Amino acid sequence: MKKLINSVDSVVTDALRGVAAAHPSLTVDVENKVITRAGGPTPGKVGLVSGGGSGHEPLHGGFVGYGMLDAACPGEVFTSPVPDQMLLATKAVSGGAGVLHIVKNYTGDVLNFQLAAELADDEDIEVASVVIDDDVAVQDSLYTAGRRGVGATVFVEKIAGALAEEGASLDAVAAVAREVNERSRSFGVALSSCIVPAAGKPTFELGDSEIELGIGIHGEPGRTRGPMRPASELAAVALDAIAADLPLDGELLVMVNGMGGTPLIELYVMYEEVARNIAARGGRIARNLVGNYITSLEMQGFSVTVCGLTDQLTRLWDAPVDTPALRWGR
Amino acid sequence: MDTDVFLAWLAAAAAVIEANRDHLTQLDAAIGDADHGTNLARGFAAVTAAIEGAAPRPATPGALLTLTGSTLISKVGGASGPLYGVAFRRAGKALGAAATVDLPGLEQALEAALAGVQQLGAAREGDKTMVDALAPATRAFGKAIAEGAAADAALSALAEAAAAGAAATVSMQARKGRASYLGPRSVGHEDPGAASTALILAALRDAAAGAGARDAGR
Repeated sequence: MKKLINSVDSVVTDALRGVAAAHPSLTVDVENKVITRAGGPTPGKVGLVSGGGSGHEPLHGGFVGYGMLDAACPGEVFTSPVPDQMLLATKAVSGGAGVLHIVKNYTGDVLNFQLAAELADDEDIEVASVVIDDDVAVQDSLYTAGRRGVGATVFVEKIAGALAEEGASLDAVAAVAREVNERSRSFGVALSSCIVPAAGKPTFELGDSEIELGIGIHGEPGRTRGPMRPASELAAVALDAIAADLPLDGELLVMVNGMGGTPLIELYVMYEEVARNIAARGGRIARNLVGNYITSLEMQGFSVTVCGLTDQLTRLWDAPVDTPALRWGR
Repeated sequence: MDTDVFLAWLAAAAAVIEANRDHLTQLDAAIGDADHGTNLARGFAAVTAAIEGAAPRPATPGALLTLTGSTLISKVGGASGPLYGVAFRRAGKALGAAATVDLPGLEQALEAALAGVQQLGAAREGDKTMVDALAPATRAFGKAIAEGAAADAALSALAEAAAAGAAATVSMQARKGRASYLGPRSVGHEDPGAASTALILAALRDAAAGAGARDAGR
């Protein structure tokens, strides 16, 4: 294993020190692993807290700032943070209007955020939670833990963050977060595995010409394995899976996301194929994002996330945002 | 069984989890996200530190297990932190303030732990989770003491049923947790949570047997 680290055990804290050094707009509590906006809570504004395992950067710490999150709690690599961290973050961003927890649907994240919400309630902080579950590769049934939360998390954090910045109530911010989640679907493809630092070797083995279809963001194997194929066909596989669940017409917000180890040149090749495929289905990409936004360490591959827009969602997407990883209009 | 037995159990559990850290992580790599051994080892190391650092030291088995559960919730993360944390906390609460624990008391603690895990995780037997080790182990322990078994025999039944339960998860399709995303591809692998539960319950048997041997030698 070759990684740019000092030691396996200090990866997360060393990276947090780097985040602190690079971004004076953020306050980083390295010991407790909480990233907040510098300057403390905004009085009267709903606070937005998200969190999850590390290894998905820039998610979530890179999205802390004006117009998006108020705090992020990074766990160990691919491991949900603990309730104490989430409670600290919740208290740090509470401006009196309540706090929204944005939780990706993984058993660990859900359980720990649930315990944190109970602890916050004990301290009289009103907390609402929205669980993101947009990955169509997982069947949402009684026989699974439900669909995973992946790319839609970026859309939810941006759009709910914009509404919170306007001074909307906790109920309204939670409602728009749920609306974005319900209107969004994702599908991911891996060309290679990631290597969890503590494990030291690839989480799964793929042959030279094999790919995993329907992967998540933790190196968990996908639903099926198949042969490598051209970008146009991969776009069709992803969009067929999404279209089975979400009509690909009207005005759409589309993200072509790299899994961490994919060159941008390939992501643009994928974006062109995705755009062409969506156009052929009668959809119009009104807004887009191409780049590495929710990653899985050094995994090669991509995911596509599509959200059906409304006028209000487009307006909130366009609203100013100023975070390390997403910045426009300000 | 007194507080020393439970201290010995937690020390043995920490040692066996550390010794099996890579094994548990590899089981998790097959159907999950390759961190179970790492996380539990970190959690039990924190438990060891919390017990040593606690002032005053937990004086009863119940206080000790409650501290263990709280520490696991605070330090582990993932799904296993809350689930093991709740299991130990519920067991600790069930034991109350008693200075020693008899077999029926331990059975009640095991049932409380199982109920807590199932309430939080909503898993049933057959879902390919730690419940598939903990539930049959609790039943086997109850059956053994109902039949008048001595402590060592009842604890052996507990550990053996947990190991058999963990082994039986190999043929199951996961319906909870990250392994459920794999659907049928989860079949053929042992569930890492069931495997760690079997290791921890075997450590209880061994700790009690060690204490029994010491008593016999006096």
